[in-house]
Amino acid sequence: MEATVFYILAAILLIGTLCAITARQAVRAIVYLVVSFFALALMFYLLGAPLIAAFEVIIYAGAIMVLFLFVIMMLELESPEKLPKPRLSDWWPALALVVVVVGALAVLLLSHVRAVPPGFTDIPVRQFAYTLFKQYGVAVEIVSMQLLFALVGALYLGRHK
Amino acid sequence: MSVPLSHVLIVASLMFAMGLACVVAWRANVIMMLIGIEIMLNAVMLTFVGGSAHWGIADGQLFSLMLMALTSAEVSLALAMVVYLHRRKQTVNTDRFDSMKG
Repeated sequence: MEATVFYILAAILLIGTLCAITARQAVRAIVYLVVSFFALALMFYLLGAPLIAAFEVIIYAGAIMVLFLFVIMMLELESPEKLPKPRLSDWWPALALVVVVVGALAVLLLSHVRAVPPGFTDIPVRQFAYTLFKQYGVAVEIVSMQLLFALVGALYLGRHK
Repeated sequence: MSVPLSHVLIVASLMFAMGLACVVAWRANVIMMLIGIEIMLNAVMLTFVGGSAHWGIADGQLFSLMLMALTSAEVSLALAMVVYLHRRKQTVNTDRFDSMKG
């Protein structure tokens, strides 16, 4: 049952991402991406990471993508026909890179025949929080300083002269 | 859940390849390049969470949390820079941003 849900979510994720990267306008790409991030959040929940799933919905789909939408709408870009679309010749290097990645994956899967026992263990939030604040407390401080610097930098770049 | 780890890794690497293709194909548009970077970072987060669930250690989930903090800082700075560049040249086309004069 859970495996079926996982594969359905994987299909939604990949199709949503494909629609996002081939969308004509950036706003549509953002909306497709929000759909695929919701699917990704449910996948995180299935993989035993409820906290990361909640953060994915709150931070990614709720904050970052909405920030993208605000900026795209604020910029008042010229009519969508005038923005440079990737021509067919622009897609060839991208397709070559995708073929390299998929080929590497195929080689890896075909050569690695050792059967890994399926099954995942859930990680309780208590263990997560314990590891975060006991073992990586310095990293939390560094992240807070990084966010402060990003805030100052964004204010500096966005100020009116 | 009874899905092998390799299937999670397949999904993550396909998603990463799509983000890479987005960055390379839309290299004339700053906003779509940022979207491609977001897709790639999410693929990496899926890999971290899958590994964390496979080995039963919380470190992978922790690093995806760090990745989210990194992304929020990166996106706020990058979008501020997009607004700044758009104010200077009235476009988001990367081909127009070819001078580094102050």
